Amino acid sequence: MGLRDIAIVGTAQRPSEINSTFTSVELLLPTIQEVLTKVGIERQDIGFWCHGSCDYMSGQPFSFVSAVDAIGAWPPIIESHVEADGAFALYEAWVKLQTGEVDVALVFSNGKTTSGPINRILNLQTDPYMVAPLWPGFHVLSALQARACLEAGVVTQRQMAEVAWRSQRDGKNNPLTLSGTEMSVDELLSQPFTVDPLRAHDCAIPVDGANAIILAAGDAARRLAKRPAWIRGIDHRIDTQRLGARSMIESSSAAIAAQKAGVGKDRIDVAELHAPFTHQELLLRQAMGLSESTHINPSGGALVANPAMAAGLARFAEAAESVFSGSADRVLAHCTSGPLLQQNLVCVMEGE
Amino acid sequence: MSGTSSHSLKNGVFVAPLEVAFPYKRTVGTLLSRFFTSLQQCHLEGTRGSDGRVYFPPAEFDPLTGAQLDEWVTLPDTGTVTTWAWQAIPEDGQPLAHPFAWALITLDGADVPILHAVDALRSDRIATGTRVKVRWAQERIGGITDIACFDLLGGAS
Repeated sequence: MGLRDIAIVGTAQRPSEINSTFTSVELLLPTIQEVLTKVGIERQDIGFWCHGSCDYMSGQPFSFVSAVDAIGAWPPIIESHVEADGAFALYEAWVKLQTGEVDVALVFSNGKTTSGPINRILNLQTDPYMVAPLWPGFHVLSALQARACLEAGVVTQRQMAEVAWRSQRDGKNNPLTLSGTEMSVDELLSQPFTVDPLRAHDCAIPVDGANAIILAAGDAARRLAKRPAWIRGIDHRIDTQRLGARSMIESSSAAIAAQKAGVGKDRIDVAELHAPFTHQELLLRQAMGLSESTHINPSGGALVANPAMAAGLARFAEAAESVFSGSADRVLAHCTSGPLLQQNLVCVMEGE
Repeated sequence: MSGTSSHSLKNGVFVAPLEVAFPYKRTVGTLLSRFFTSLQQCHLEGTRGSDGRVYFPPAEFDPLTGAQLDEWVTLPDTGTVTTWAWQAIPEDGQPLAHPFAWALITLDGADVPILHAVDALRSDRIATGTRVKVRWAQERIGGITDIACFDLLGGAS
């Protein structure tokens, strides 16, 4: 049996905020309403709902259950949740649509990243016996990776600053992000280290955010969007959780996921890469074999707006919108999870 | 996340303390039980993987094949820094209260490095390739923190 044709038909993203006083439900409710309105369907038309978020960020077990208030549980619905970025919820929804049980799915995610010490919270993703008791934090682990890459000659400080400069420039044109600095590459390189060898511009800006995407299969997709973003390949790979046992200077899981998703089969017009650190974008570009002709992160990327657990799904929304508008034909959306690019999800989408 | 502050109003927003904790006792399993018991006695042991590489801390299952690993290798308390980062302002719970280096350290005789702290005092005293030595914690509990940190081998330079 072949795979069903499945496409993104609509997206909605809430503008980034710092220290949002809204609850997760309040962040999600208007976002979900917005995507339904854009696509022109009702709640009752959704066959499957899938949510991505992280309970550790709100500090309450099962806090994600309250998000059902944002979608309504009556009449009865079929819904699921992943304790991960919404991009992984999208993958689950894609699988659900492949079963043929439903034709339309709504994926949503939210992250109140700035209401707690996210650098320490993400420490809880690490090995609970060997790493977490030392409290290294997310930035320290990435700094170890960055130094290994710098010393191996895989990346340079200037290349990293150029990634930051381009992201900040593009982010200023994206109303969903907060305005960045206007420093030149040389000025960025003269800034002090925050966690040597990383400077502030090398690390993603944590923000609060929420987003939602509607997926549809076959004829339903053609009915709901003028130019659906058809998913031609999607793949998720994981490196070992042992930090020391992984190569620090390449991302083998990203390379495999990109190959399985069919990235190299044709040119990629736009790639939205979820890289929370500048050197990681460079590693991802190398791993996926992206050429100079690919426009990387026209949205500004996660570097300028990183709502944890929603930043990956935001990449899917941005990539799909470039297909909707006709500005791109073949696009790539990527999400990473865990320290040092531990997990990588790669998706290739095309317009017709 | 110390959870010691009390309720307050900050910029007009009500703020309440919340301590994220996992206050349960749990078994670490056969392999890590032996590892942590050894560590408490200042004895360093790793395991050998299917490709011959020695893991420290020990791997319970081979990262390549998934096979259970049971060949133990005794290791010395010295090793080499393979990459590092500088913690200018230490945070709660970290190994040292003054500025220090984080490093991946490959013990002599091991192939896969461990993450730990190096008490280098200044960032210009550590580099990739720097030789270091285990400093044992005074009170050992059978955990990774039984290694208090690593010292520069040969002392200050």
